[in-house]
Amino acid sequence: MTRSLRLAIALVALLAGATPDLAGATPDPAAAVDLADTPIVSVGGAVTEIIASLGAADRIRAVDTTSTHPAAAVAGRPNVGYMRQLSAEGILALGPVRVIAVEGAGPPDVLKLLAEAGVRIDRVTDEPSPAGLLAKVRTISALVGRKAEGEALAAEIEAGFAALAQDRATRTAHPRVLFVIALQNGRPMAAGAKSAAAAMMGLAGADNAVSGFDGYKPLSDEAIVAAAPDAVVFMDRPGLTAADLLALPAIAATPAGRRHAVFGMDGLALLGFGPRAPAAARDLMAALDRHLAGAPK
Amino acid sequence: MSAAETVAIADLTRARRRTGRIALVGLGLLAMAALVLSLGTGPLAIAPDRVVAILAEAATGRAVTGTDAAVVLAVRLPRTLAALLAGGALGVAGALMQGLFRNPLADPGLVGVSAGAGLAAALVIVLGDRLVGAAALPAMALPFGAFLGGLATTALLYAVATRGGRTSVTILLLAGIAVSALAGAGTGILVYLSDDRQLRDLTFWSLGSFGGTTWSKLAATGPLLALALVGALTLARALDALVLGEAEAQHLGIPVERMKAAAVVLTALAVGAAVATAGVIGFVGIVVPHLVRLIAGPAHGRVLPASALLGAALLAGADTIARVIVAPAELPIGIVTALIGAPVFLHLLIGRGTRLA
Repeated sequence: MTRSLRLAIALVALLAGATPDLAGATPDPAAAVDLADTPIVSVGGAVTEIIASLGAADRIRAVDTTSTHPAAAVAGRPNVGYMRQLSAEGILALGPVRVIAVEGAGPPDVLKLLAEAGVRIDRVTDEPSPAGLLAKVRTISALVGRKAEGEALAAEIEAGFAALAQDRATRTAHPRVLFVIALQNGRPMAAGAKSAAAAMMGLAGADNAVSGFDGYKPLSDEAIVAAAPDAVVFMDRPGLTAADLLALPAIAATPAGRRHAVFGMDGLALLGFGPRAPAAARDLMAALDRHLAGAPK
Repeated sequence: MSAAETVAIADLTRARRRTGRIALVGLGLLAMAALVLSLGTGPLAIAPDRVVAILAEAATGRAVTGTDAAVVLAVRLPRTLAALLAGGALGVAGALMQGLFRNPLADPGLVGVSAGAGLAAALVIVLGDRLVGAAALPAMALPFGAFLGGLATTALLYAVATRGGRTSVTILLLAGIAVSALAGAGTGILVYLSDDRQLRDLTFWSLGSFGGTTWSKLAATGPLLALALVGALTLARALDALVLGEAEAQHLGIPVERMKAAAVVLTALAVGAAVATAGVIGFVGIVVPHLVRLIAGPAHGRVLPASALLGAALLAGADTIARVIVAPAELPIGIVTALIGAPVFLHLLIGRGTRLA
């Protein structure tokens, strides 16, 4: 009874004198521990992958829904939800943590609340290109205090891209690829310009069969036929198979459909621009070669 | 009419009034319980006495340190107050609309606020991201845009439905459908133009959330919500008279045209400010007044305050669940309100449906 009475009095007082600066609960000084040992809330698929590649997977306390790889960094960890819908109290409830988030994580007000509560938040810029990936690796390795590992990883990735560039230079044929990220009501959502898929096609020595729009858009049947892709690559996910796509008359009517050059690739590896990007581009190149081998041009 | 009958009617009226009063007190207690529950629960376990101590400390103006204090004062308190105010405003707005249109299907969306706010939000999310980039967009752009979009749409509707100083409720209703469809088409174009991330932002926005309610956001929208709440309560007598018909209400001395204008403006204000606070939260506006009428009777003197209390309790309670159930992540609140509210509503309809007819 006295407790609820005190609560009521406190509330009335609060409401009467509530001003925005009441939020000024100062961060606990004890919370400002050494950042190098602070558990990490890793937000963004590529961020989690890079932290794990730097050998710091054991420091990841929680991940977001876009982080699905590797299992060592993700399995058994609490999930803080979609990267743009984070929960302030949810993250604070994880104990003393720091947040390393890919650019675009949010909502901004939640990040503001976290920062006000004394949580260190670092944002990592994310550009779907080899240079962007190397920058991401260097930024994150500095943030987690593993610069040496970061340089080694960056060198490895650079070597991978360099080898890929050499392979590309020896090729004369540039297959036209239609990348399907998902089927929407039976219609393929295709990758246009300025998408991570288009960037990966370029790295794998292929051309994007569709143009005229940015990002991912549903394609009409006629646009698919007109694009005349030599191969159709889709994002591996439950409920989407090569047979589903080949069953679409428009796709069956393309060169890719006629020679059954329709295959799936791992989405995060191919589109996430994480440490696996060079290998994924190489896989794409090899898969294209395999499916188009001996095909009449 | 015999004396016995007169006495019986007087008894009935008295009994009704008593039930109404009891219902109001009960709903008030429910709203208080939701407030206490919302402040006391969350993903971070804080003992009840510590919550009280933090609030008491802060109330005396002293600085409180610690993560738990930050959670109570900067996270839970503003979002609890926002949920209570927005829930109350949405509940009252629903009662206003159902009273104005004299139709149990009326909901605050009828005067175009939701559709207009939705279009404006889509404009901010999609075009704002394209023109200046999501990172450079001020945090207030989305709530402010949604609020203005809602108000502008309602103003347009009101202008269409008003001729020679008289507002036709029927034209308001029909024009509302047309304008909402138009706004929906505009939103559709923006959805088509949006990329994957903008689409997800739009989807989450249309499901509502009190996550990220800061004191500065509450300071901007809270007074508007409170204004709409209090303003609506003054229309009770006029709405009761309107039940008889517009001409009859006029004869009873009710300034009908002014009352209609007030009801539309207050609804637009309530929904616009609620949408700016937490995105779209459906269901509360249409269902809360019905629930209230089932327990407190049809008199607007009871329906309006009771709708405010029940709306507040429902949203604050739903927000608590949204925060806790998938912690450390958070569920959009629109899912929770419909998941709890709809079965309760159905249950009441099945049990006492005849009284609605």
